[in-house]
Amino acid sequence: MSTLTTKDEDIAAKRLSSANLAPIALNLIAFTLAIGFWWGITAAKLVVLPGPAEVFQRAIELIASGQLPLDIASSLRRVLTGFLLGVAAAIPVGFLMGWYGPVRALIEPYIQFFRMVPPLAIIPLAIVTMGIDEAPKVFVIFLASFLSCVVATYQGVISVDRTLISAARVLGANDGVLFHRVIIPASIPFILVGVRIGLGSAWATVVAAELIAAQSGLGFRMQQAQLYYDLPTIFVSLVTIGILGLLMDRIVQATERRLTRWQERAR
Amino acid sequence: MIEKPVQDADSGPKISFQNVTRRFGEGEASFLALDRLNLDVGDGEFVTVVGPSGCGKSTAMNIAAGLTDVSDGRVLVDGKPVDGPGPERGVIFQQYALFPWLTVRQNVEFGLRIKRMPAAERRRIADHFISLVGLKDFADALPKTLSGGMKQRCAIARAYAVNPTILLMDEPFGALDALTRVNMQDQLLDTWNRERRTVIFITHDVDEAVYLANRVIVMAARPGRLHKIIPVNLPYPRTEEMRLSPEFAEIRNQVWHAVYHQNTRTN
Repeated sequence: MSTLTTKDEDIAAKRLSSANLAPIALNLIAFTLAIGFWWGITAAKLVVLPGPAEVFQRAIELIASGQLPLDIASSLRRVLTGFLLGVAAAIPVGFLMGWYGPVRALIEPYIQFFRMVPPLAIIPLAIVTMGIDEAPKVFVIFLASFLSCVVATYQGVISVDRTLISAARVLGANDGVLFHRVIIPASIPFILVGVRIGLGSAWATVVAAELIAAQSGLGFRMQQAQLYYDLPTIFVSLVTIGILGLLMDRIVQATERRLTRWQERAR
Repeated sequence: MIEKPVQDADSGPKISFQNVTRRFGEGEASFLALDRLNLDVGDGEFVTVVGPSGCGKSTAMNIAAGLTDVSDGRVLVDGKPVDGPGPERGVIFQQYALFPWLTVRQNVEFGLRIKRMPAAERRRIADHFISLVGLKDFADALPKTLSGGMKQRCAIARAYAVNPTILLMDEPFGALDALTRVNMQDQLLDTWNRERRTVIFITHDVDEAVYLANRVIVMAARPGRLHKIIPVNLPYPRTEEMRLSPEFAEIRNQVWHAVYHQNTRTN
């Protein structure tokens, strides 16, 4: 009987620790496998692409020359400016749309219309009207993140549980209190999902914007490298974009977890 | 100006439904949810309302709470017509309706905060009612960590905290299992004995209706209307022996017949 219990506990303990370790271990395995696969197919000359070693070496060179940090700085500045402006505009507009029926009716058709037009399709227009400096690039990033985030915020406001609104009303809440103490906290999870989607759109857009007209940036560097058939540099840029996007997403995710700790989650 | 109705209010009913009618929808598609409900509930009385689905019991409660408008007739509280929610009428919902981002104490303090009560006093009142419903050890817990019964106790404490003279309860124990339910009934009666309020309690459980009430209001559906009022002449505090007594069974029978054999009785 007692041995049985110990055994059960043992198994339970093992399961617990493997449950904790598994994701990290699997991440590492996946990473190693991908590098191995990449190395394998390039070493065997199955594809005409640079191998991991070559790309890593180029990355070191580009860092040493200061070019990569410069490109990162320019791309990051554009992404952050456009993204932060987009989110800053999307949240109040989303709240207004969710809260006031007439505002929704006025704005929603435009939002849906522009959502159907890919932000990249706006680039030529933006360049013609705003010139080729920073403005058009930041603008399209702004538009991309604004559109993703505004819809999420507005969805959040309209899907606030009606009973919570009734509960607040019977406790004496007027419109202002209701908005501050119920609508805003209840929509935060939705808004943060919008912010994450917006961030993704911002990165997707910056590269395309830089491909068209820029003097620096990760997208611009790829464009240059393409002209010289410089595949390792293209790879360095691609990987850098991936890593930066991942890091920023993790930051947003951590914020999300912190702000929505009260939510009941189905793991 | 001399306020005469105050004197009348003392002798008159606490809450009075006068020809309360509610129609939903318009034209052909409209239906009569509540047809000329007339009911007086005295100060400190505990009435339960039972009836088949569609009998308008929730509609009547929402009208009394000020969350739904009447199509015709009126509800008087202390002789004054109801116009929107008010602090003298506390509401407890079946879905608990706790604010998930607030702790138990913050939930209970919600209504007091709206009144701009100083923090120390707010806290004293909240702690009093949290103890009254037996959640002292969970005052700083988030709702997601509580069981259904505990959530509802928190909601009851929250409603009590703003010191309403009337409590409107819409199937508050409907989502709880049978054992927890019996427990909650005893706790509610205990709370009500110590802090007497006028209670209108909606349920679909005949047993519960008889156990809690001074009077059981039986309603009929299509259109929702008053069917029968059955007095429960059993003393408080109610006990388990009483619940199993022949007198209880007799009243329970009456209510059961009134609820489930409405047509055979009236035809």
